[in-house]
Amino acid sequence: MSPFWIDLIIMLIKVIVVMGALLGGVVVMVVVERRGAGFIQGRLGPNRVGPWGWLQPIADGIKLFLKEEFIPAQAYKPLYLAAPAFFMFIAFVTFAVIPFGDKVELFGRTIQLQIADVNIGILYIFAFASLGVYGIVIAGWSSNNKFSLMGGLRSAAQMISYEVALGLSIIGVLMVGQSLRLNDIIGMQTQYWSYLPRWNIFIQPLGFLIFLIAAIAEVNRIPFDLCEAEQELVVGYQVEYGSMKFAMYYLGEYTNLITFSALIVVLFFGGWHIPWIEGLNIHPLLLALLQVVAFVVKVFAFLWFFVWVRWTFPRFRYDQLMRFGWLVLLPLAIFNIFVTGVVMVLIP
Amino acid sequence: MELTLFVIFGAVAVASAFMVIVSRNPVVSALFLILTFFCLAGLYVLLNAQFIAALQIIVYAGAIMVLFVFVVMLLRTGKEARRGYRLIFQKSIGIIFVVLFLLLLGSITLMVSVTGMRGPYTAEAVRHIGNTQAFASVLFTDYLYPFEIISVLLLAGIIGAVVLAKRKR
Amino acid sequence: MPIDFLPILILLILSALMSGGMVFLSHLFGRKEPNPSKLSPYECGIPPVGDARLRFSVKFFVVAMLFIIFDFEGVTIYPWAVIFRKLHLFGLVEMGVFLGVLLIGLVYIWRKGALQWD
Repeated sequence: MSPFWIDLIIMLIKVIVVMGALLGGVVVMVVVERRGAGFIQGRLGPNRVGPWGWLQPIADGIKLFLKEEFIPAQAYKPLYLAAPAFFMFIAFVTFAVIPFGDKVELFGRTIQLQIADVNIGILYIFAFASLGVYGIVIAGWSSNNKFSLMGGLRSAAQMISYEVALGLSIIGVLMVGQSLRLNDIIGMQTQYWSYLPRWNIFIQPLGFLIFLIAAIAEVNRIPFDLCEAEQELVVGYQVEYGSMKFAMYYLGEYTNLITFSALIVVLFFGGWHIPWIEGLNIHPLLLALLQVVAFVVKVFAFLWFFVWVRWTFPRFRYDQLMRFGWLVLLPLAIFNIFVTGVVMVLIP
Repeated sequence: MELTLFVIFGAVAVASAFMVIVSRNPVVSALFLILTFFCLAGLYVLLNAQFIAALQIIVYAGAIMVLFVFVVMLLRTGKEARRGYRLIFQKSIGIIFVVLFLLLLGSITLMVSVTGMRGPYTAEAVRHIGNTQAFASVLFTDYLYPFEIISVLLLAGIIGAVVLAKRKR
Repeated sequence: MPIDFLPILILLILSALMSGGMVFLSHLFGRKEPNPSKLSPYECGIPPVGDARLRFSVKFFVVAMLFIIFDFEGVTIYPWAVIFRKLHLFGLVEMGVFLGVLLIGLVYIWRKGALQWD
């Protein structure tokens, strides 16, 4: 076989493994979310299907596949069917540039543990994250339902408002890292100030805080889940969706959550980097494996944080939400850029 | 490989641009326009202009089209779409202009060389310093004045948007 | 390099197949027993009132317009951030002027109450 075909097969394997891992991550998250909610609210949560309820999402998935499919009479059928597929599609594609491990030497080949190592990494994520909004707006519009339309609109306005703060909050990281390539940003963070690892959280605490808040708004979770708002909009844009199409929104939302957690880890917490391990002289393959495990652990720490926030905070009011995004987070993000710039000019 | 991808992206871009004009439902038109932008971004990637490709998706597909979709969703599609204006006058004028445009385009492509001037940033140089870095080092030094003027243009945009909203009361 | 984007193309195709396949499979497996009241728009149990194509607040359009402006501002800062070390003080001043003008716009939005939902 010529080398190009081998490369192509490696790419294919990586893509399939990542897609499988994302689906697996969603399955785990469904259980973690429901058991976690139970834990926080002082009840049990699902605990009957399989040991400790771990098979609950599988059972849910099978059930949703076999559920009756209905298409509302007035709905615009092609778009009504396409919207959930598009939402999930975008959610999966966004993950492509996240590095989940360092380079590995295997059979004389260097394999990057990442689907695609592109030079515009971070912009790629924002580009696709900004397309996700159509999956929601089109669902709201094509269902021909008042609640759907209102939910879709609100969600779109909210997502685009917080996208601005989200984009500006990481400028500080880029100013320090000098690259849009996510591997370069992690590479910067593997160095040390004497003993402290050079993770961006220590240089960009304000940027991290803004990014964290805007990320919660971007994935439409409490306290920013204005598009769903059960009490006023039933569940917003999803109200006319049942069976697998409903499940696909679920899948897409959790995939987005995983992507943003991974992005937080990559940008602010050193990605797959394990501090102080370099001196220990571990076999490179074992080290690579440990780093992937470290990455997954860090990502799940943030996923748990999102679950914790969801079951702790009440929802914002819509006007508060918009004012907070535009008049608090946005100026703060710009302020952060200036402080970073001034510090970098003063301290060479 | 690259040629095949170019043909695919180009064909999809042209086909979806055609669908923008043909489809009856304005929301569908807007969505096809997004597909067109997406294919254009693919073409930019093939040209080794990744930063421009990202801009194409973020600004056009992700921002401007959101406003388009908002506006188009407000239209009551059922009534307007089926009224069926008779546009004989416009059609004949349109055909004349299309023919003229094609003649112009054809004559330009035949007479003038379509590849532009060669600048200092060849494909090799861009690969060496990075696409975004090359773009930035030109924009923030040689084209500083236009860049600063953009901010005034954007300010005018902000004021325009606010005034539009306020006049409704 | 364009070749770096090849895996992304593979991912695009595979996830499109997966999400399309899911819609198709659930269409295949799901039972279908429609009746008029099941297919009518859900409005909390009462019969649907009026048209679902609501007229919505002009505020949404303002948000979308402001988003275009600030989104564009955002993407111009990215290349600036990447070469900030080289531009140094000069870069800080030029971006200061650029953002300063836009901050005037933000203050204008705030003073005029364009994002005040009332």
